[in-house]
Amino acid sequence: MTIAHRAAPYLQALPLTLILGVFLVVPIAVIVMVSFWDYDSIRIYPDFVTFNYEETLLSWVTWKTYLNTLKFTAIVWAITLFVGFWVAYFLAFHVRTATMQTVLFLVCTVPFLTSNIIRMISWIPFLGRNGLLNTALVDAGIVPQPLEFLLFSEFAVVLAMVHLYTLFMVTPIFNTLMRIDRSLIEAARDAGASGFQILTNVILPLAKPGIAIGSIFVVTLVMGDFITVRFMSGGQSASVGLMMANQISLLQYPAAAANAVVLLAVVLMIVAGIVRLVDIRKEL
Amino acid sequence: MTSEKRGFGHYVLAAFFGLFVLFLYGPLSTILILSFQGPDGGLTFPMNGVSTRWFANLFETQAVGDFGGSFTRSFLLGLMVMITTVVVSLLGGLAFRRRFVGSTALFYVTIASLVVPSILVSLGIGLLFQVTGLRPAWYTSGFGAHLTWTLPFGLLIMFAVFNRFSPAYEEAARDLGASPWQTFAHVVLPMITPPLVGVGLFGFTLSYDEFARTLMTSGSFNTLPLEIYGMTTNVTTPVLYALGTVTTAFSFAIILTALIAIAIINRRRLMASGA
Repeated sequence: MTIAHRAAPYLQALPLTLILGVFLVVPIAVIVMVSFWDYDSIRIYPDFVTFNYEETLLSWVTWKTYLNTLKFTAIVWAITLFVGFWVAYFLAFHVRTATMQTVLFLVCTVPFLTSNIIRMISWIPFLGRNGLLNTALVDAGIVPQPLEFLLFSEFAVVLAMVHLYTLFMVTPIFNTLMRIDRSLIEAARDAGASGFQILTNVILPLAKPGIAIGSIFVVTLVMGDFITVRFMSGGQSASVGLMMANQISLLQYPAAAANAVVLLAVVLMIVAGIVRLVDIRKEL
Repeated sequence: MTSEKRGFGHYVLAAFFGLFVLFLYGPLSTILILSFQGPDGGLTFPMNGVSTRWFANLFETQAVGDFGGSFTRSFLLGLMVMITTVVVSLLGGLAFRRRFVGSTALFYVTIASLVVPSILVSLGIGLLFQVTGLRPAWYTSGFGAHLTWTLPFGLLIMFAVFNRFSPAYEEAARDLGASPWQTFAHVVLPMITPPLVGVGLFGFTLSYDEFARTLMTSGSFNTLPLEIYGMTTNVTTPVLYALGTVTTAFSFAIILTALIAIAIINRRRLMASGA
């Protein structure tokens, strides 16, 4: 083996290493550093103080905000898992030709490649006070007057998040389902298993890695979200990301940084928990 | 495919899938319709006549801020991110085909790049530029912020490609006397062009639509998603929907171009192998 041959992978990995080093590793280190800095209303000062953490962790508001964020995470996770699994299941087992599978999968993927903000805005004519849903409900005599809670509420936040993030569940689950050896299912059927038994004893255990990867995506997206919460709740609901965004807009960077470190720790703990439960390495 | 009987369950699932597609596209189609709202129409139905007034409105700078400028910036940034994502993911994918010191660490950092919430990346890069006294701009800090989101996707796609890539082709080329560069350029590269187009598509569209990572990194000029977000707080006419329709149509055009390119490449290859 020549030196050039041995050096090749290092040279090939160099751009990736440099970019992630400069724009991910160093910035996170800077966040940790700044979380110990002091600040006033104009600028931030190098220092070593812990009150940013004290203010974050000892405040009742922080705990309430975290609870609210975890609530969103749990609800959105449960719904995206249910919807995502059955959509992936339909694509993998009920669509017969590979071409049709590709086409239908693309149909699900395309909205993911368009703007999140536009997709949120697009709920206004549907959910608004004079929106399609309210008009239909009133006309049908189901409700006497337009429902106020449809737009700018926690309901709208959850709906928009499900709308934005379900694909992150569909794709990994679809991937694992496609890799299940079809003869396993036939063997189970030959051995007398019912459709339900095949689902719970064969398909679900084999789909676990995909479910875990989808869950990691959805949990981290919802935990860090601020734009959906801000826009769809009309400022009536709180999330950790939104709290950080507000601190950033008030130039309270060290406070936002302390918050960011806590958020990162919580997110990493959840991810570690999921990875502990399910071995996802085979999938990557 | 298994040849199961199509029972009741099949139709329930098909209906469920249909509802899911309706859920995905329904809201988008309402803003498409409402962007043709008449001059006196509002943000919701009913349609008050039909006009293209709101599209014309888009190009008057006073009405919606700097649509042309922010679109140009987002487009250029998308191209920069696309090219960088394709090249760096391809190189990274090639690197990971062999063992090297630090490969596990690099792999975990790449995965971390997906898992770390966007707003943290935004805050971190913003603070890094502030602490070092650099001036953030969409083509420096914004560019880097977008890469932390597109590169992991690009690399994961390359992993999937190279996992299924048989080394026999390269061995054959080498046996026939091809240099490493010739093997790469004439054997490997043509075979992986379709997924590379896919990586490029991801790179462009993820950057073009990115909001959270741009928030603290774009400097003094807005990208298109930031501009649209700004509009949501102070624009109360259907011009908002016209903007939504135009940018979504643009995204669809990009996706379609990429899919057609992949289809053409695949067909050429099929014809070449058939001849």
